[in-house]
Amino acid sequence: MTRLLIVVGAIFTIGLAAAAQSPPKPLDAARDKRYGIGTPATPEQIAALDIDVRPDGAGLPAGSGTAGDGAPVYAQKCAACHGANGEGGTADVLVGAEPKNFAPFGPEYERWKGARPDVPFTIGNYWPYATTLFDYVRRAMPATAPGSLTADETYALVAWLLAKNEIIGENDSMNRETLPRVRMPARSRFVPDNRRGGAEVK
Amino acid sequence: MATRNRQTDGITRRTALTTLSAAAALTLTPDLVSGQETPPADTTKRWGRLPNTLGARAPTENPRRLPIPTSSRTPLQDLHGTITPSDLHYERHHGGVAVVDPATYRLTVHGMVDRPLIFTLQDLKRFPAVTRTCFLECAGNYNGQREELTPQEICGLTSQSEWTGVMLSTVFNEVGAQPRARWFLAEGQDAAVMTRSIPLKDAIGEAMLAYAQNGEALRPEQGYPLRLLLPGWEGNASVKWLRRIELADQPFMTREETSKYTDPLADGTAREFSLVIDARSVITSPSYPQTIQKGFLELRGIAWSGRGVIRRVDISTDGGRTWKPATLQQPVLPKAVTCFRYAWEWDGRPTEIVSRAVDETGYVQPEMSAIQRARGRRTRYHLNPVTGWTIDAAGRVRFALQRVRV
Repeated sequence: MTRLLIVVGAIFTIGLAAAAQSPPKPLDAARDKRYGIGTPATPEQIAALDIDVRPDGAGLPAGSGTAGDGAPVYAQKCAACHGANGEGGTADVLVGAEPKNFAPFGPEYERWKGARPDVPFTIGNYWPYATTLFDYVRRAMPATAPGSLTADETYALVAWLLAKNEIIGENDSMNRETLPRVRMPARSRFVPDNRRGGAEVK
Repeated sequence: MATRNRQTDGITRRTALTTLSAAAALTLTPDLVSGQETPPADTTKRWGRLPNTLGARAPTENPRRLPIPTSSRTPLQDLHGTITPSDLHYERHHGGVAVVDPATYRLTVHGMVDRPLIFTLQDLKRFPAVTRTCFLECAGNYNGQREELTPQEICGLTSQSEWTGVMLSTVFNEVGAQPRARWFLAEGQDAAVMTRSIPLKDAIGEAMLAYAQNGEALRPEQGYPLRLLLPGWEGNASVKWLRRIELADQPFMTREETSKYTDPLADGTAREFSLVIDARSVITSPSYPQTIQKGFLELRGIAWSGRGVIRRVDISTDGGRTWKPATLQQPVLPKAVTCFRYAWEWDGRPTEIVSRAVDETGYVQPEMSAIQRARGRRTRYHLNPVTGWTIDAAGRVRFALQRVRV
């Protein structure tokens, strides 16, 4: 009887240890069928929330704007925090086309930099997708009135930022067709995470 | 409903009155209701306060977060064990703390699903629930510019809680996630409308939608009433005040996963979606600004890894020349904080004490010099360098700056 208890105890202990190593499982974990919880979402309900914009342009609304259209909007709604020319202030530096042909880090950069001070990470030298600008500015800017910009204002601001970073021309119009086609200088520099644990420091 | 509330209130009042009369028969002072601020000369000669509705810390205990406008840090040096009290959990917001009405709260799940659905908070609580303890850590959790730094200042953007909620897989089964879906967008309803793209296959085994933390509803600053929880991953991905999940066949490339939270590398490329937090440890006692005495001292600290369990914590009391294993406090849970302890006799000579975590993959917490060799001088996130404390002849403990200076 004692031996049996010990065996049972040992199995129980091993069970506990194993349970501690694996993620928690809900009751019914293997269950395939649905619980019938939740209410169907209508296309209108989804559209009211679905503001994201993807690199392929999915999600971009109608509207357009050029750097010229964007300049007064920038001066009025962005310059106070980001500086008159995107040079930064209480908020991030936005403008900086250099270095032009490589990242603001790495061996080529170090050679180019020499004794100069570091350049900041900017839209021009670090952002890989132009669509991200539209998505972020529309959802979260300006910080004093997030989500208040119209589609035209957002396109115009994005055009102003891309022109200042020397990625598009002053007169290029940004809209749902042109914006996804803008090739950002940093586009090819991003690589997937290759860390997998183990001894090597990556 | 209104009638029942009145009855309940009546009973509560009557119970309270009875209790108070009994106490009055002894000595009814304001202290019995509100508690005492200062200890009496002899606690055995005077009744303490009666039971009340909400507890508070001893007035002599004042642990505090360390706030700046975008974050606040957990006072690691003031804590014991592995759980961070909820009101001391670190904060990192991009648009302030959203105030969400739980009655009107909705989570919408759509995109590559068979049945786009909207869930109320009550809906989500009806699903089978799970509870799990894990750490959260900000990807930007490192600060090491001077010797006068506390653990809170060096790496206080990490905390641990016991979380309760529904497995994301349960909800994805309910909406009928389509096999072609490879990513999902998690979106918050704060002023930043925070968004991150999450690789579905890597996340789905452990991802939770959490509505409770340390036994009660989430704190507002932790995403009340509902947050995504991705154990072992950088905190930003565990989107708070979660309002929408969209399944897709590609990542959305939001600002926080491109221009931020990416890792410049030494070769001029930048790592993206580097979500897992690698192993780390810190000695929390002794630490700056303590002064220690000669003789016995228990070195205490915490270690954690986003890749699983902590296998070992090495301690050096001679500035890294020799290492010995610390004792790990059980239970050692995966992707969770593990306490370590090490018995030490300080001989009064100046030295440096150092800890180094090793996780189940064999990963060894690196020196800052090794991190910078791999990632270059301008690397910004995911810094987990070996951290030491110098001790001078007077016993003064300071952050070992030379160890991270490269």
